[in-house]
Amino acid sequence: MCHNILEVKNLTKKYHNLKQEVTALKDISFSVKNKEFITIVGPSGCGKSTILSILAQIIPSSYGEVLFKKKNPTIGYMLQQDALFDWKTIYENCLIGLKIKNKNKITKQEEDFVLNLLKKYGLYEFKDNYPDSLSGGMRQRVALIRTLAINPDILLLDEPFSALDYQTRLSLSDDVYNIIKNEEKTAIMVTHDIAEAISISNRIIVLSKRPSTIKKIYNIELTNPSTPTNNRKDKNFLKYHDMIWKELDQNV
Amino acid sequence: MYSKEHLDYLKKKKKELFLIITFQILLIVLFLAIWEILVKYKVLNSFLSSSPSLVIKTIYTLFKSNNLLKHIFTTLYETLISFSIGTILGLLIATILWWNKKIAKIFDPYLTILNSLPKVSFGPLLIIWIGANQKTIIIIALLIAIFTTIINMYHAFTTTDNYKITLLKSFKATKLQIFTNVVFPSNIKSLINTLKINISLTLIGVIMGELLISKQGLGYLINYGTQIFNLNLVITSIFILGIISYLLYFILEFIEKKITK
Repeated sequence: MCHNILEVKNLTKKYHNLKQEVTALKDISFSVKNKEFITIVGPSGCGKSTILSILAQIIPSSYGEVLFKKKNPTIGYMLQQDALFDWKTIYENCLIGLKIKNKNKITKQEEDFVLNLLKKYGLYEFKDNYPDSLSGGMRQRVALIRTLAINPDILLLDEPFSALDYQTRLSLSDDVYNIIKNEEKTAIMVTHDIAEAISISNRIIVLSKRPSTIKKIYNIELTNPSTPTNNRKDKNFLKYHDMIWKELDQNV
Repeated sequence: MYSKEHLDYLKKKKKELFLIITFQILLIVLFLAIWEILVKYKVLNSFLSSSPSLVIKTIYTLFKSNNLLKHIFTTLYETLISFSIGTILGLLIATILWWNKKIAKIFDPYLTILNSLPKVSFGPLLIIWIGANQKTIIIIALLIAIFTTIINMYHAFTTTDNYKITLLKSFKATKLQIFTNVVFPSNIKSLINTLKINISLTLIGVIMGELLISKQGLGYLINYGTQIFNLNLVITSIFILGIISYLLYFILEFIEKKITK
């Protein structure tokens, strides 16, 4: 957990329309260590998700650098909506990333890898079902496995729990956390939920409102780190909650 | 086993369905019967309004003189050719417009104009340009149906779920992969709805064309019947046309059920 696998330097993003220019992100710099879980929090509309879109190379930055240690890194992107294809089975859905990347050729090894993931995380028996027969929480788990199927070097999670009810949210954040730790993945998550951020991550980046800059980066050190739900009972949990809450409050 | 409440519920639903079908059949039988009786007791003039028995008699004589099937097949043939070309060409153009937003923006006002313009007005012109033949009929029907296909499908393509497209982009999908993996398959329902509209518009176009050109087909029979004041023939043709249009629609509905199961 020592060397940086990603370095972001002075990342800036401007959006243009005919009426005006909007600076969404300004001079964002941070680094990510291997197997680290980083969360980005900030007021709504501040451009948190934009950072992920730029890291996933879906939109270009205006300037600044995104340096991955590895050349041509594989990036797994998990969205707010599960975006499962309702005309494909769970298994076919999980294969879509490989299908796109390999131009329809999927090796036996890759198939086994995906089947194994489904088995490990309790979705194997549903592999021939269609998404509409699964609950919201299960669907997001399928979405995570679909992301893991391409064996990404880094996972980007864009408010992955926000479309779910509170109960499902808590248990799913435990599931997602366990799966990510199990598979030894590095993750960057965006959320607006402070408690969720503290309970799941090693570090929290707090953004200001537009134009977003980094206000502060918190190292989360809990007395007895455990699963996200248990972490919520930690002694230091409220302390961090208070600090980050105040940090965000100033910006409202 | 089902509980008593559930059995009652199923029974109630079954009864409801039975009632609906009974009334549907009753309605058409009643309509035909009243029509027949009114003609029989000379309330309606059979020369002007025909009657169910006369329609059946006409169908029989047409069939015997080997004319009926020829006209039905002509109309069906023209409809299916025009429908196929319209669907393929319409889809292709909608795809190009989705592919290149600039082209879509350039053509937008012209598509709107062409869509709202009554295409039948081109009929006489086309007859002079191409001739009074089947080709012209097929083209008239094509003109009437294709713009709806283009506009509907283009709209469906552009409103594809953005999350799904973003997801594929994160896998570094090419534009072609995005189209074949998400944009097209997620719009199958819109496609079938468009085909349903397309088939009835094409049939309208074909009949319009046959009325104008008047050589063969059910449109010709209607026109011919009007000219020789054989309204019985006209009403019989409309009757057959009603059955054909329902059957064509029914086929598409059947395909829809197969696909969206």
